[in-house]
Amino acid sequence: MAVALSAATIPLETRAKSKLTIENLGMSFVDNGRTVRVFENIDLNVGEGEFVCILGPSGCGKSTLLNIVGGFIRPTSGTVLIDGEHVSGPDPRRIFVFQERGVFPWLTVEGNIGFGLFKLSKQERRERIRHYLKMVGLDGFENAYPQELSGGMKQRLEVARALAVNPDMLILDEPFGALDSITRLVMRGELLRIWQSERKTILFVTHDIEESVQLADRIVVMSARPATVRRIVEVDIPHPRDISSAAYLRLRDSIFAEIGLAHKV
Amino acid sequence: MRSSPFLKTFVSKAMVFVLPAVFLTLLVVIWQNAAVRQATPIIPGPRTVLLGIAELVRKGLLIRYVVASLFRVSWGFFSAVLVAIPLGLYLGSHRRADRALNPIIQILRPISPLAWIPISILWFGVGDLAATFLIFIASLLPLTVSTTNAVRSIDPTLLNAGRNFGLSGYQMLYLVIYPAVVPQLIVGLRIAVGISWLVVVAAEMIAVNSGLGFLIIDARNSGNRYDLVVVAMLLIGVIGLILDLAIRRLETIPSVRWGFRRTEWQ
Repeated sequence: MAVALSAATIPLETRAKSKLTIENLGMSFVDNGRTVRVFENIDLNVGEGEFVCILGPSGCGKSTLLNIVGGFIRPTSGTVLIDGEHVSGPDPRRIFVFQERGVFPWLTVEGNIGFGLFKLSKQERRERIRHYLKMVGLDGFENAYPQELSGGMKQRLEVARALAVNPDMLILDEPFGALDSITRLVMRGELLRIWQSERKTILFVTHDIEESVQLADRIVVMSARPATVRRIVEVDIPHPRDISSAAYLRLRDSIFAEIGLAHKV
Repeated sequence: MRSSPFLKTFVSKAMVFVLPAVFLTLLVVIWQNAAVRQATPIIPGPRTVLLGIAELVRKGLLIRYVVASLFRVSWGFFSAVLVAIPLGLYLGSHRRADRALNPIIQILRPISPLAWIPISILWFGVGDLAATFLIFIASLLPLTVSTTNAVRSIDPTLLNAGRNFGLSGYQMLYLVIYPAVVPQLIVGLRIAVGISWLVVVAAEMIAVNSGLGFLIIDARNSGNRYDLVVVAMLLIGVIGLILDLAIRRLETIPSVRWGFRRTEWQ
């Protein structure tokens, strides 16, 4: 199965060092004279190398939260610290991966992966490109343009471009939302494999309960707008996760219940 | 009997050329007949027009006039491109500058380039410079406006992706903003070349004594040579088409093709 992996989850002691600290974060905007509160009182701590999923219904402000962490939007109140520093803008140490729309259509696969490597020498650049091209399985497509690629390939290209600048944190906003269900499963497996070999901190937004239980060390369950953190679920199932095991199903169903969905179609 | 799919595609492709050719021939025949039947032979028929072309070639005027017109269009158009693209890129990414300048652009835009004829003659005298200036004015505004709009309609995701990699303002401009607008720039260039070619003919009627526009006015004034008038009109049409096709070739450059996605069914 795609989620089959050999390594275990990260041991707790490496998690002790905090990567991202969100304190009392609030966001609101004024629309037609009325103040709309997107979310409030968000507190979250993400350890170094941890894989955290933010799970919530559509429109609950997950993407806004992610954009604040990425440094693209400023919050109304509260603080965001990464490595103890205030986030003041976008930074190549934390790369945001958009739903496949973020690849540059005017650059080839090679050009996209090498985009953030303008500070490196030509030789280093070429080696990095080759390494990540291979890692995401796009070798042979170096000179193809994004429009010639499938959705899944574009998504992998964007992940490769992000990894190539060696960030210590990846921020993914529903990265597999636009893919078909088979490709989505494969991509989850790929992401876990990359996460385990590269040891990045990952912040992953999704509205897919199954996806969050398959991937995350911890799941932050959010409520509807104005959103708050309802519960933080520890997923203590080692990888590879058996998605028909009792532990998996129990956890999944408890989240379904938390969100108020009867698990029947 | 079944018709082969190969034959079918061949026929449908051939029709692209056959249909216009048949129609054109028909039109020329009708034109010739109508010209012959005129009570007083004022409007020239196709044969007279061909003779007119031969006459211009013999006098060495054909090439000279075409080159003169293209020369003015090139100078006016390229100097407009040099001003309009940087200006458009700047206005598109600086809201305040755009707010300040936009009303002026919107007032100047509806003014026909031909309205500038008196002033350009006043400034530059009767000659090439005045005609070139008219073409410059004519293509400057549409190019600036289309570049500004192109910058504004860039997908914010692409801008954020660029900013995320720690690009400086200048790097953002030439690594993200510029390549993102090139497809729309090409569309703007097509429109501007079309306008330039329209304007050069008018400018040459007033400000100079060579070129295809001059040929039209001169042929009529010096002895009602309507055959040469029609020759000039046909040349203007054919050259305009060639200019348009030349710019459309830019659409096939690999790094801009994404902006011209057409569904091609195989």
